[in-house]
Amino acid sequence: MAISRDEVFERVKEVLIDALGVDDDEVLEGATLMGDLGAESIDFLDIVFRLEKTFSIKIPRGELSPPDDLQNNPEYVESGKLTEKGLQRLKDAMPHARDEDMKKFEEDPDIAKMPDLFSVGMIVNYVTKKAAA
Amino acid sequence: MRWIWIDKFTAFESGRYAAAIKNVTLAEDHLHDHFPAYPVMPACLMIEGMAQTAGILVGEARDFKEKVILAKVKRASFLREVRPGEQLRYEATIEQVSPEAASTAGKIYVDGELLGNVDIVFSHIDNNLSGLTFPKENFVFTEDFKSLLHTYNVSAGRA
Repeated sequence: MAISRDEVFERVKEVLIDALGVDDDEVLEGATLMGDLGAESIDFLDIVFRLEKTFSIKIPRGELSPPDDLQNNPEYVESGKLTEKGLQRLKDAMPHARDEDMKKFEEDPDIAKMPDLFSVGMIVNYVTKKAAA
Repeated sequence: MRWIWIDKFTAFESGRYAAAIKNVTLAEDHLHDHFPAYPVMPACLMIEGMAQTAGILVGEARDFKEKVILAKVKRASFLREVRPGEQLRYEATIEQVSPEAASTAGKIYVDGELLGNVDIVFSHIDNNLSGLTFPKENFVFTEDFKSLLHTYNVSAGRA
């Protein structure tokens, strides 16, 4: 049975509180994992495991996060920014990114700003779709 | 110097569960500094003991092909101090394992009584390169280390 987006949000919130030691009022829809919630790259391994367990899903590598081939491919990155093609690749790979975050990123597609796409809402979008599949 | 903080495995079920013991003894130098006249087994070394128990379990699950590195201590709790003459028992269970990482749950007992919990996430670092390169040889599970495992009756690479 599919679970509602609201319910997914509540459970994702619990996962992030446990994994990152943050307070529940910090886990907002638009909060970024690295910027706002202080996640480090290593925390993503933990978060992925916790999400898999909580929702009984499998999260294959590169599905939740940007694809591995993006950052080191000259076709996709030029002077530290995503090219038109790179941006398209990112959008195709991350349909669960929040629209407002993606629009903001498109204005200045600096790869250093890519972590800003990792918001609580993005995870909720991804899990809601995955749990319904 | 070898950095080995378990004395031997007492149970080993490939890919699932391992138990190891560690005898705490005043022959260990560190106890005389931690603390002078009041020796206590440091909690950080019990985390290391659990990391070795669980890390070997995780490594063996993939035939010691992965470089298994402690990525994160998810939880570490201890209910009391451990003194010389006591025996620690580390029990580790693999909760999840993927090509990139593994997650383990661990309980520590002292002379049969629950002392605490240490839950860990390990990274298979070759699969989490993020643009970095690591030496090709497995510097975690070296040949020396694997041969040491034989003394614990854990087969290196399931030979």
